[in-house]
Amino acid sequence: MNHLLSIDELSEADLREVLRITPTFAEVAQRRIAKVPALRGQTVALLFYEDSTRTRLSFEVAAKRLSADTLNVSVKTSSVNKGESLRDTAETIEAMGIDAVVVRHRSSGVPWQLTKWVDAAVVNAGDGWHQHPTQALLDCFTLQQKLGDLSGSHILMVGDIKHSRVARSNVSALTMLGAEVTLVAPPTLLPPAIHTWPVRTSHDLDKALATADGVYLLRMQSERQNEALIPDLREYTTLYGLTAERAAKLDPTVPIMHPGPMNRGVEIAADVPDLDQVIVVDQVRNGVAVRMAVLFLLLGSGGSDLPPNAAPQAVLV
Amino acid sequence: MTQALVIRGGTIIDAIGSRTQDIAVVDGVLLAHEDAPSSAQEVDASGCVVSTGLVDLHTHLGEPGDEAAETMTSGGRAAVLGGFTTVLAMPDTLPAVDTAAVVEHVRKLAEAALCHVEVAGCVTVGRTGGHLAPLGELAAVGVRYVSDCDAGIQSPLLLRRALEYARPFGITIAQPANSLELSTDAQMHEGEWSSRLGLPGTPAEAEEIMVMRDVALARLTGAKLHFQTLSTAGSFAIVGAARRSGLPVSAEIASHHLALCDADLAGYDTNKKVVPPLRDMSDKVAGQAAVADQSIDCIVSDHTPQSTDRKERPFDHAEPGSVGLETALAVALTQNIEIKHVLRAMSWRPAELLGLGSPTERAITPGARADLTIIDPQESFTVSTTSLATTGTNSAFQGQELRGRVRATIVDGRLVVDGGQVQA
Repeated sequence: MNHLLSIDELSEADLREVLRITPTFAEVAQRRIAKVPALRGQTVALLFYEDSTRTRLSFEVAAKRLSADTLNVSVKTSSVNKGESLRDTAETIEAMGIDAVVVRHRSSGVPWQLTKWVDAAVVNAGDGWHQHPTQALLDCFTLQQKLGDLSGSHILMVGDIKHSRVARSNVSALTMLGAEVTLVAPPTLLPPAIHTWPVRTSHDLDKALATADGVYLLRMQSERQNEALIPDLREYTTLYGLTAERAAKLDPTVPIMHPGPMNRGVEIAADVPDLDQVIVVDQVRNGVAVRMAVLFLLLGSGGSDLPPNAAPQAVLV
Repeated sequence: MTQALVIRGGTIIDAIGSRTQDIAVVDGVLLAHEDAPSSAQEVDASGCVVSTGLVDLHTHLGEPGDEAAETMTSGGRAAVLGGFTTVLAMPDTLPAVDTAAVVEHVRKLAEAALCHVEVAGCVTVGRTGGHLAPLGELAAVGVRYVSDCDAGIQSPLLLRRALEYARPFGITIAQPANSLELSTDAQMHEGEWSSRLGLPGTPAEAEEIMVMRDVALARLTGAKLHFQTLSTAGSFAIVGAARRSGLPVSAEIASHHLALCDADLAGYDTNKKVVPPLRDMSDKVAGQAAVADQSIDCIVSDHTPQSTDRKERPFDHAEPGSVGLETALAVALTQNIEIKHVLRAMSWRPAELLGLGSPTERAITPGARADLTIIDPQESFTVSTTSLATTGTNSAFQGQELRGRVRATIVDGRLVVDGGQVQA
């Protein structure tokens, strides 16, 4: 693989390979000196056109644990005006001799456009409503830790699917791993051609929860009520929120996930995040290891040359 | 006296039929080939189709106001290389073409073009959807088409008034069909691909409800209405039914809608971002059928040149539009639409709608005006924006191989393109 743009561009083998080598990188974090020289001398630019503290920090920690140099390029949203040429920015970065560009942008497709103008590896850290592949990888890894093989497991994704890159990436990744996915949302928050997706849909959260092996809640943004997509947040919470009552009925072994940041009191009741089955912290922790694995596969001496079953330990000493 | 030409070896295809016949051109008029002077220049049309000149009802020429994207000179070269002898220049210039004075100014600029340029006016002052432009004044200086471009007139009352008021002048109101509210923030067609690509879409219905509305207003007013760049199977069916019921409506489809669809946006190529957007595969197929069964009158280029910087932006910030003058004919022929349907949609019918004469009046017979296009339907070429004559760099067909090349174009008896090259 030369870039990580979308889960859809990965083969099942690629996806399983990332998940297979991730524990090795998680182990690095446990060491007294949590750093290995795998990417020494390489530079990773973090090109964030949209604020995102946690994703940017996660990539930065991942790159640094692999001894790569990092370059933070924060482009204020306000300066991304219509006159700015994406190509100019890309070529400026390219001229500095960057090995990888981790890009976050509010417009879908920007990582694809960058690949036309830079030779560096491009990692999509979230583009518009489209994709956030490392999020899906870390979510699958975290779910596997709790549930084992995901084949045949029933995962609910609840909330604003239409505007969610997290949902798009996870639907692809989870179904590739054999999970059955049910999207629970009002019809206005589902993508228009949802019938073409390999999922079931439901508008009855209580019924769907009864057969769930895992529950993934998405962030609900208040501006959706201004667009007449929902009447108000109160009704949303009543119909689609993980209230304390719903959480109490859920088997305590069913993991509850959220990409963060959570709106307590909207998609999740205020006290629910404190339950043991809420594994948001595991997601964040695993995020670093998964991103290390991705950067290693793209930039490491192995890279695409890595033999299919080789363990990366050799380069992690 | 302009040059005399004798065109040999071609197959003439016009509204009269198809025949192998040589023809002469003297002083801008067609003559029987025996009447050519001995000094006449030979034009080799062997293996080619000789057609009445192509006419484009939908061209954005940039000038005045957006000379960075196109000028009359560059746009005119692109037109004749694409086989067009007449183009209808859209009025979305700066200033907008909303008075007789601007019409005259644009005509003056258009003298630099190698083809005939007809000038379309606006429906409302400044294309703002507010007050009606002086349609009587525009008609008096020869304007036959008016359009507000972009999304067209949204207010049903304003459109009704425009249709009623324009009727005695014989002016055609041309309207794109798009409900702006149903298209808020839309970047592409709403469907499987917009769902997958995470881009806001506009449903086919946003176009179709406006077509239904405007057909109803054409029935109410009895005025001439032309639908610009229709793109959905539903729209073709509605307009086809309206025409068959005898309403004075006509319609066009942009050439790119005959060949591309929403799935082609998978790589986020901003040169394929057009308005209306590339639709579903089924709409594309329906568009080809609508040209053949005449539900749709015309194929247009919807030539919309943009400078590179307006396309090298994130998809949702990139300006829409594709250049099309130099590819429209080949795009249609590459889709295996029968050449007589293509010529009817790109020459006979648009010329008639523009008042340039009926298909039989314009037929290739002695005495007719010498606007001709000579086409090699078998020659292929690969589209490269660096070799196109247009200043715009935004071709939706960049890198694609197309079949059907213009070998020669004759405007007013003058051989402006020969051997596929502009004759300076």
